[in-house]
Amino acid sequence: MSALRAAVVIFGKELRTEFRTRELLNTTVVFVLMILILFSFTMDPTAEESRRFTSGLLWLAILFAGALMLFPSFTREQANDTLDALRMAPVPAFAIVLGKVLANFAFLTLAEWLMLPVFSVLYDVSLVRVLWQMLLVFALGTLGLAVTGTAFSAVAAHARMREMLLPLMLLPLLTPVLIASVEATAALLAREPQFDLTWVKILLGFDVVFLAATYLVADALVEE
Amino acid sequence: MRLTAALLVALLVAAGAYVIFFVAPTELRQREIQRIFYFHVGSAWTAGVAFFIVFIANIAFLFRRAMKWDRLAVSAAEVGLAFCTVVLITGPIWAKPVWGVAWVWDARLTTTAVLWLLYVSYLLLRSFIADAERRAVASAAFGVFAFLDVPLVYFSIRIWRTQHPSPVIAGGEGSGLDPVMWNVFLFNWVALLGVMALLMWKRYRVETLRHEIEELEVELEWRAGEAQNQAVAVER
Amino acid sequence: MSATPVPPAAPSFSTPAVLRDARPLGIEFREVGKRFGAFWALRRVSLRIAAGEFVLLRGPNGSGKSTLLKIAATLARPSTGSVVYPGAEDQDAAIIKARIGLVAHGTLLYDDLSAAENLRFFGGLYGLADLASRVEAALVSVALSDRRDSLVRTFSRGMRQRLSLARAMLHGPGLLLLDEPATGLDQQAREWLDRTLESLHDAGCTVVMSTHASEAASAATRTLWLSSGRIVRDTAAPASAEGVAQ
Repeated sequence: MSALRAAVVIFGKELRTEFRTRELLNTTVVFVLMILILFSFTMDPTAEESRRFTSGLLWLAILFAGALMLFPSFTREQANDTLDALRMAPVPAFAIVLGKVLANFAFLTLAEWLMLPVFSVLYDVSLVRVLWQMLLVFALGTLGLAVTGTAFSAVAAHARMREMLLPLMLLPLLTPVLIASVEATAALLAREPQFDLTWVKILLGFDVVFLAATYLVADALVEE
Repeated sequence: MRLTAALLVALLVAAGAYVIFFVAPTELRQREIQRIFYFHVGSAWTAGVAFFIVFIANIAFLFRRAMKWDRLAVSAAEVGLAFCTVVLITGPIWAKPVWGVAWVWDARLTTTAVLWLLYVSYLLLRSFIADAERRAVASAAFGVFAFLDVPLVYFSIRIWRTQHPSPVIAGGEGSGLDPVMWNVFLFNWVALLGVMALLMWKRYRVETLRHEIEELEVELEWRAGEAQNQAVAVER
Repeated sequence: MSATPVPPAAPSFSTPAVLRDARPLGIEFREVGKRFGAFWALRRVSLRIAAGEFVLLRGPNGSGKSTLLKIAATLARPSTGSVVYPGAEDQDAAIIKARIGLVAHGTLLYDDLSAAENLRFFGGLYGLADLASRVEAALVSVALSDRRDSLVRTFSRGMRQRLSLARAMLHGPGLLLLDEPATGLDQQAREWLDRTLESLHDAGCTVVMSTHASEAASAATRTLWLSSGRIVRDTAAPASAEGVAQ
């Protein structure tokens, strides 16, 4: 069975499983909102000077929430040894990882779409006029987060303290994503919105490099 | 052999220190504190070499699955981390008198800080996995990702800095180096590489010994089981 | 006869139709050893199971039965030695995996999916044609079609075991590996299991099953006794109540 088709089947299963309980989704959205609201107490959110910080804040919230949300990706498969069932199936290891990456990307994107309107209201920023550019930046940044987070969920699956280990491994690695996403978002939210292609290219580069790296180490990620 | 190597390296380091303090000219504006540069930049380059070795060892392990690559990786990572720590400590020591601030968020220093975090994570990950083979596989995968990340980190910070320039700093480190200084630097870098190689070798030896002890335990278990089997067979 | 209470209507178990054309797969262990840390779970195990055999694995806890089955299922790699599948034309891993089914200690099922969804998912992974009808037939054969849309989370141990069996047999494996499959099954289900394995065997599937129970699987043609990671006895006769001399 080809890797792509198998990945789609696994993607379907991940979606179905998550939407049964919606545990991860709910928690992620609430977590991001909580950070946004709490942070607003530390400064005046609508003042002009604060605007420079809101993009950074938004992406920090997404990265932290994302790291928490990506953690169960592989550890969940340890429950009934379902990872063994996946490994026994005649599908390439990369298909298993890719299916989960796509699912995590979808969940994170959904959480962001739910959270963005709230963000724009709380922080008085207009997203409408730069909507599709915004969505593109978010898609590329979220993809980077999903790829690395899913891979590290597999890496940490056999480690103790893995709940803390995952953010620790993930967040320094995501520095380029953080910088690029924040700058691109800030440029779009500025008084004179600009679509800065440099940062988009960096995000794209990051995504390509780490998708390729995941492909290369997929067997190692999935093995017992 | 080991003693000779250690003596040689010690000699190099001593010679290097001598030339730093007595041969290299005093820098015009920074005065004596500038001499830290030889340790600071030398350590940075050495850490880079060490981390490159980690990367090669990780790739080699993933392809060959021989435990010696894992031992090489952890040795290089620990030594690299030590040198990286030196960079992060000497940087502020140098910067404070020269620039007035202990830390600047420029591309090089910030990348070094991120690099430091990544390799600490690498070693932490290893410390939390008990099984030797699983540990090797997991850390090799993470190590590959960490190494590929470094250029991306550097360039994104560089571009960010060009968009948000920090206050102009008088005289960057590498700008127009006096030829004598350059030679002193190179000599000391070789000495530092010698220290790196020596430390790595020792660490690799420790890890190999640990591995050999494990192998002996495995062999012991095997023989105990076989002996037990013989005894049972005799009983029947 | 009228004095005895009428038992509740027995759920009708039947043989999965898909298995009738399974191509049997043999397996061969060549000096296989497996260690976890310093502990040797298997020690120089060599055995040959021909396609179509029905083999029982017996032995005390910790004797290596589960490890042997895991290695046979390609889930674990031997520390020493090698495993070969004589029935496979080439030793391509994906093709071999598609012909193996496993029933293990864990259920290998997703608690948050329904019975039908679980089977559809795994069937999809194995690239099965006519998936919908195969899933229905499988559910019917393990008498779970009335619970097809219930989440596995709500199933009893016995029901999960039956669904696990359905999952293992869904893709028509030529080699079926079972690790103490009768655990958690009531008498009726055990009898069903016995009959199912017998018809599987008749259809030509190779069956390797580890069991604790003293009752024999009637269709078994061979029994291997394991102790401390090695085979201590191998017989072609069906197992009876006699235990292994400790």
